[in-house]
Order: sequence, then structure tokens, then C-alpha cells
Amino acid sequence: MNQIPVHQAGRTLRIQVLRHNPRDPASVPQLQTFELEEADSMTLFIALNEIRERQDPSLQFDFVCRAGICGSCGMIINGRPGLACRTLTRDLPDNIVLAPLPAFELIGDLSVNTGKWMRGMSERLETWVHTQGLEQLDVDAIEEAMEPALAEQIYELERCIECGCCVAACGTARMREDFVGAVGLNQITRFRLDPRDERTDAEFYELVGDESGVFGCMTLLGCEDMCPKDLPLATQIAFLRRRMAAAV
Amino acid sequence: MQIIHTDVLVIGGGLAGQRAAIGAKRRGHEVIVLSLVPAKRSHSAAAQGGMQASLGNCLGGAGDNEDIHFADTVRGSDWGADQEVVRMFAHTAPKAIRELAAWGVPWNRVAKGEREITVDAAKKTICEPDAAHGLITSRNFGGTEKWRACYVSDGTGHAMLYTMSNQAIAANIPVHERMEAIALIHADGRCHGAIVRNLMTGELLAYVASATCIATGGFGRIYRVSTNAIINEGMGAAIALETGVATLGNMEAIQFHPTGIFPAGILVTEGCRGDGGLLLDGKQHRFMPDYEPEKKELASRDVVSRRMEEHITAGQGAKSRFGEHLWLDIRLLGADHINNNLREVKEICQYFLGVDPVRELIPVRPAQHYSMGGVRTDASGQSPTLQGLFAAGEAACWDMHGFNRLGGNSVAETVVAGMIVGEAMADYCESEAGALNLSSALVDEFGRRERQRLADITDGGGRESAFELTRLMQETMTAQVGIFRDQGRLEQAVATLCELQQRSRNIGLRSNAPGANPELVAAYRLQRMLKLAQCVAYGALLRTESRGAHYRADFPRRDDLNWMRRTLASWPEQDAELPVLDYEALDIMRMELPPGWRGYGARDYIEHPDTSARQQQIDTVLSELADADRHARQEALMPFRHLLPEHLRGNNQRLGDES
Ligand SMILES: Cc1cc2nc3c(=O)[nH]c(=O)nc-3n(C[C@H](O)[C@H](O)[C@H](O)COP(=O)(O)OP(=O)(O)OC[C@H]3O[C@@H](n4cnc5c(N)ncnc54)[C@H](O)[C@@H]3O)c2cc1C
Ligand code: SF4
Ligand code: SF4
Ligand code: FES
Repeated sequence: MNQIPVHQAGRTLRIQVLRHNPRDPASVPQLQTFELEEADSMTLFIALNEIRERQDPSLQFDFVCRAGICGSCGMIINGRPGLACRTLTRDLPDNIVLAPLPAFELIGDLSVNTGKWMRGMSERLETWVHTQGLEQLDVDAIEEAMEPALAEQIYELERCIECGCCVAACGTARMREDFVGAVGLNQITRFRLDPRDERTDAEFYELVGDESGVFGCMTLLGCEDMCPKDLPLATQIAFLRRRMAAAV
Repeated sequence: MQIIHTDVLVIGGGLAGQRAAIGAKRRGHEVIVLSLVPAKRSHSAAAQGGMQASLGNCLGGAGDNEDIHFADTVRGSDWGADQEVVRMFAHTAPKAIRELAAWGVPWNRVAKGEREITVDAAKKTICEPDAAHGLITSRNFGGTEKWRACYVSDGTGHAMLYTMSNQAIAANIPVHERMEAIALIHADGRCHGAIVRNLMTGELLAYVASATCIATGGFGRIYRVSTNAIINEGMGAAIALETGVATLGNMEAIQFHPTGIFPAGILVTEGCRGDGGLLLDGKQHRFMPDYEPEKKELASRDVVSRRMEEHITAGQGAKSRFGEHLWLDIRLLGADHINNNLREVKEICQYFLGVDPVRELIPVRPAQHYSMGGVRTDASGQSPTLQGLFAAGEAACWDMHGFNRLGGNSVAETVVAGMIVGEAMADYCESEAGALNLSSALVDEFGRRERQRLADITDGGGRESAFELTRLMQETMTAQVGIFRDQGRLEQAVATLCELQQRSRNIGLRSNAPGANPELVAAYRLQRMLKLAQCVAYGALLRTESRGAHYRADFPRRDDLNWMRRTLASWPEQDAELPVLDYEALDIMRMELPPGWRGYGARDYIEHPDTSARQQQIDTVLSELADADRHARQEALMPFRHLLPEHLRGNNQRLGDES
């Protein structure tokens, strides 16, 4: 059966982590350096766990799926937001600097509260299909048909994993706390595209037609470059801007 | 200690937990969901391949219905499942998927006209009928007679979980994130909620509820190599076990998935093989047809995983510097198909292996994947021994999977069980039994007890490391309680786990950082995980037969004569070394489908005398109903609809039904 092998490859990594525990009154933000032997196929997930197990058991970070699909492990890796679990150390230099994603509440060290931010965004933008009579749905009946290509298009936009990398990369989000981010704007385009959602453009305009929404975006496109799921954020934002401008 | 009151407490924010929460909320009850992580990050998001429901829309699914889904599932379970529950499930799965379709899941749809598919290593052109255009399509999966796994590209679980979570937000259901239930509050056979630890502050709280539901997913992380998320540590099952009253069913039934990428164990979906991918050995020979001429790569998972390991043992593996493995070949599916229908797989190969599956082979080897066992419930989802405690999803042993789960049946179970258990909890809250009456002294007592257990760890000053002991437990499970089991290895595993249990009482922490303290988390979880691991190992040791995923090299045959029984584990004495194991008979005389050959795998099972008696009864009943429709015939053999909430009892409509 599959067992994890240990195999050393020989490089010594210097991993610097920006540490801070807000629960500890004595804690001040500072960089702490760890040295670690690199192993074959080592990811930052493996490296950080090894540091926690062998060197500093108090180190905080978040991993769930460790497969690049759940969006838990966004952090700043040598200056760029990315998913730590699918970042291989062999693609990084000897010196690695890790910091928590900015723009989110810090829980401790590399752990930030993206969940709370995303729930707030969802509540505010009402990111669910708005259909009358869902509670009386006849579940025995054959489902409504949908064009196959449209279903695929919706999934394209639904691949977002709410990791927050786009928010961390966004100048507007860092200046305006209420900015919904590329993640929020993308979700609006997802529901706008969905024929099951009965909301009109005017209603969508109510949600994002201001500076905390699509008109706050400076289209500098930090977000699209950083999105680990390669979502077409620029196109979506540009599209939404045109539609929203037309909706007034 | 802060006390939070609610009607319904759902522990777990995955598909099962959130669907149950929505159901209870719709009935007017106050609901709170707890989750270790933001709900959308629950492991349900990782399901790639699909959800089984017998819609029968696409050509490969034509003619499908509940009867066939039922039979596939029972065969898959190696007759370990509760057949009434399988019926409830197969009947409700189409309703679940249609509900999700209305709620927003962008299921892939049938496109009318010709398209090319890959079957048995050859290209074939098929033509989808006009009438099905735009309806939900499905793909082929292992162990099924029809193409029944409905999918959203290979991000099925992600799309389902996002839709479910968004609907829960729409229903205004609070999810208390980063909150971990560490004990159930109970007295006199009645559960009253849970003691919960805040994973941001380290603070303890009590949640008091009429109905409590465990929906905490699987416990794969008792193994070293698992496809599961690292949060799948089984705390829900463990705290149920620690009541000493609730029981866990069939914990020895652990599934190993054939295609974990090697060596990391990250899953690539069964959809790869369902869509036409092949397994190759070290010489790039396609070996599965040699072992399984009927089903080949698409026999059930337990069978394929065993054949793979057998083939490696025979010296036919591919060798790498990490050890031996086999290859998964999806090159024949073509770039288009891979880029559209298997793109998560492509990303995983790219990021974790540096392999482009359009041009290259994927190194794979079986890895722990799924826990069929869990909190034992009755058909409504309630614990038969601890009132007010419910369970749903992978954490439960509702028992529709028996000793092997079919691919695509799990996400389907989560939603179906959620639909049923949500109603059952609402019924319970509205019943006399559900009235909340407990003393605050009881809550305090449980709070004190948990605080003491934590203090024993933080102040104990022992010398053992929680991380080290966890690794030893995981290695023991992977090496000795894996795909091939035997008495010697299992005895060793049980002894090692006892020893680790002892050592775990002597853990010392190196850090006393305020807040969650990850080292403390590892320590208290380890003590509980060891109990689960022991239920698995000890249950496997005592089960002297092979059934589904539980394979004993020293007892290679399925033994219906002695083992038509479900294992029930409980742990009444907290300091005991071993669980108490009990058995619950599966009554062949009440089965709709008496035990037989599965259609793949070995044919050498030991028969029970009831099997032929029951078959005769069935033949007689059916011969008298020769003119009746299939629903009436089914009803005459094993009625199940009365077990479902009323609004879920209707017949499912399909294309081509006579109306
Ligand atoms: C890689 C992978 C791929 C899969 N693919 C498929 C597939 O294609 N088709 C299929 O049918 N099945 C598939 N499965 C299986 C299926 O995904 C799971 O069985 C199913 O999603 C489990 O859902 P759940 O709701 O029971 O639990 P989960 O989704 O695991 O949710 C558990 C929840 O419980 C919470 N929790 C846990 N413990 C506690 C605690 N102590 N206190 C508070 N909260 C807690 C967690 O935070 C989480 O919210 C796959 C599994 C894996 C690992
Ligand atoms: S849009 Fe991309 S970067 Fe932003 S949250 Fe979604 S997946 Fe992450
Ligand atoms: S394009 Fe808009 S959303 Fe994206 S980073 Fe720039 S300001 Fe932010
Ligand atoms: S841990 Fe899930 S994306 Fe990294």
C-alpha cells in the first residue's frame, strides 16, 4: 500500500515566518527563521508541518485538503499571494519568506480569518440563486433542462475556492474595508449568468453598483495574476462594469 | 462557562450537516452548525467524480432506475448493508439531485447528437437522443451496471458544497466556524448537546440542544497515507464513542481507493477510469483484464485495490525512488476531454507530480479513502442507544455501504441522509421525548471534566510528544491494518495501539502559547483517535472472514454462515484498553436481495442456509405478482416507504415513463 517515504535531497532551506499571536499580550510581530533540510517533492505544507513538529509546536497555519482545492492555505510566499499546499519548495529559492494574507483578520502567525470575510461577502451580495417557490419544489418531477454549454460556463466561474489571494493582491481591498473584491464581483457574474437566478440587472446594480463594488475597482488586475484557479477575473469585471453602467 | 442554547445542534458543516440543518430550519427550529473550518472548506469540497442518482437521462444510463441502483449498492457492500436503508437511499437520490439542480448546482448536461467516447481502450461514437438534451448527464463509475454518476466536471463536491452552503446562508443558519466539539453532554441515555472548544481562543463553551447531529465526516487520518483532508480525524465518532452509550458500527470496514497519486496519496478520481482510463503495470501492460475479465478497471474499489497490490507483490510494479507503484493512463482520453472534464486531475498532476496527464502516465497506488463505519443509527438517523443523538454522512453508520462503498454513493448519501435526518430531528424536537430538561449542574459537570482532561495534558509534564505518537499510530494502521490483513499483523497492531494509548497519557507539551495551541490540539485529538484506531484494528482481528474492503489473508472467503453480522463497538470504561464489541445480526429472511456473487471478485463465499429459503420465498411472491408493476413487486418483498418522511415517498419521474 501507498506509504510516505522519506528521502533527503540535500538543500538547506531558510524559511522566515512573520509571527504574531494576537491572543498573547507579550507578542509583537516579528520574523522568525527556521532552517530545514529540503526533501524530494517537498511542499510548503510538508515543510511547515515539519517545522511545527520538530522545531516550534506553537506555529499557527491552516491546511485542510493539502491538494489545492479548499482554499484554506493562502499566504504571502516571497511577496506573492498563493496556495502554500501546492507550492513545491524546489520552485523557490533557498530563502523563503512567509507572511499571512493582508486584508483579513489575523488569527495567529499564518492563519487568517478568510471564512468570516467570505461569509460577510456572501451575505452582502446574496450569493445564492434567487428563485420563487424553492420550498415547494416538486422533487419527483424531471429537472428543468439547461443548455450544456451554459452549465459549463457557470461552472467555470464557480471554480473559485474563496482563498482570498485576489483580495490580498488588490490595492482597493487594502484601502477600503467594504470592497467586495474580485471574488465577490466574480460571484455576481456567476449568478447573473445563471437563468435559475431571477434577479434583474437593476437588482444586481443595487448590490455592486458603487465604489465598494465594481466602480471601486481600479482594473490593475493584481487579482487575475494571483488567482490559483485561473479564473477570468479581468473579463468578468470588465463585463460587469459595462452591464452595470448600462443598468442605470 | 458560556452556555449557548439552540433547538438543533449540527456538528459538522459538510454536505450532510448543512443539508440536515436546512431541513430542521425549514421546519421552524433554531439551528446552529459547528465546524472546524469555514463550512465551504469541509472535505466534501474534495469530491471530484460524481454523485450517483438513477436519472437515466444519457445513453449510458438509459433504463436505469432505483431497483438497479439498489442492487448495485447491495452487491458493492458485499451484502453488509442494511437493505431497507439502501432502498430509502436509492429512492431519494434522484430527488436530492433535482433539489440541488434547482438550488444552483451546474450539473453537466446531456448534449444531443453524436459524440466520441472511450470504452475498453477503444474509441466509439454514440448518439444522445434529442429528448434528453439539457437534462443532467452522468458518467460511468466502478461497480455499477449503468452510467449513474452525475457530475460537475471533476469538481462535483465543490459545486455541491458551495450551493449547499449558500442555501444555508440564505436560510440564515449560523455556522460557528473554528469550533470543535470535544465531548457530548449526556445523562440517562439522552444527549443534550456538546462541550465545544474555540479553535481561535482556546476557550470552552457549552452548546445545549434538544437534538444533536454528528456530521463530522470520515476519520482517514488515523492512517499515514490517506486521500482525506488533514482535518478528517474522526472527532465526531470519537466523542460519540466516549459517551460509552452510543455505538460505532463496522469500524473495521475501511475503503482503500485504487488511485491515490504516488507517493503523496492525493486522490485522482474514479472518473478517470470511468471515462476510459486504464491501469498499467511496470511493463506498461494493462493487467486488470487478466484478473477481472468482466469488469476490468471498473470492478468495485475493494477488488481493484487488492488486485493492484497483488500485482505489485508479484513483482510487476513500476519502480521509483520512493518505492513501487502502478500507472494510471488517461492519455487515450485526449486533451479536450482532460481539459474539460478532468481539469482538477490535471491541476493535481501538474502541481504535485510535475506530470502532464495528456502526454504522460500518472503514478498511483491504493491509499486509505473512506470510512464505511461510524456512529450507528436507525433508519431515521438516530442512535438506537443514545436518544437525541443523530448522525449523518460519512460519520454515520446508517448502513447503506456495508463493507464497501461504491464511488459516487457517498456525496449522494450525505445529501439524502441530510434530507431525512433534518426531518427526523424536527420531529424529535416536536415530540414529548424531545423536550429539553437538564440541570445546569450537568452542563457544569461535563465542562469541568473536559477542562480537567485538558489540564492533565497541559500541566502533566510528561515526556511523550503528541506529534510523534500520532505518526506511530498512523504508521501502525497503514502497515498492519491495511488492504491485506491477518491475525499476526492485527494482533501486533492491537498491542501497539494499547501501548500508544498508555504513552498518550504521558504527553508533555513544549508550548503553552495562549489561544488554540496546535500542540495541545494534536494531543487531545490523539487520545481520541487512538480509540477509533483500536475499534478498527480490534474489530478487524475478531472478524474472521473477508467481506468487501475487509480482507483477511488467513480467512479469504466471505462467510455468510457466521458473519452476517454488523460489528458494534462501544467504550463504556474510559480507561479500558479495548472497546467492547457486540454484534447485530443481518436477517437474510428479510432481505430483498439475498446474498450471492457480486459479479466481480471471488466466487468462493460460504453460503447461509437462509439464502436459498429466502430465494424461494421471493420467487413465490414474485410469481404471484407477475402482472404487477415494479413498485408493487418491490413493495411485496421489502416495504421501505413508510420509513421516509411523507414528502419523499413519491415515485421519481423519468424520461419515457408511461404516464
Ligand atoms: C479526495 C476525495 C474524493 C472524493 N470523491 C467522491 C466522489 O467523487 N463521489 C462521492 O460520492 N464521494 C466522494 N468522496 C467521499 C465524500 O466526499 C465524503 O464522504 C463526503 O463528502 C463526506 O461529507 P460529510 O458531510 O459527511 O463530511 P465532511 O464534508 O467531511 O464534513 C465534515 C464537517 O465536520 C466538521 N467537523 C469535524 N469534526 C468536528 C468537530 N469535532 N467539531 C465541529 N465540527 C467538526 C468539519 O469542519 C466539516 O465541516 C471523496 C472523498 C475524498 C477524500
Ligand atoms: S477568485 Fe481566485 S483568488 Fe479570488 S478567492 Fe476565488 S479562487 Fe481565490
Ligand atoms: S482589478 Fe479590481 S479587483 Fe482586481 S486587484 Fe485590481 S482593483 Fe482589485
Ligand atoms: S490546504 Fe486546501 S487549498 Fe491548500
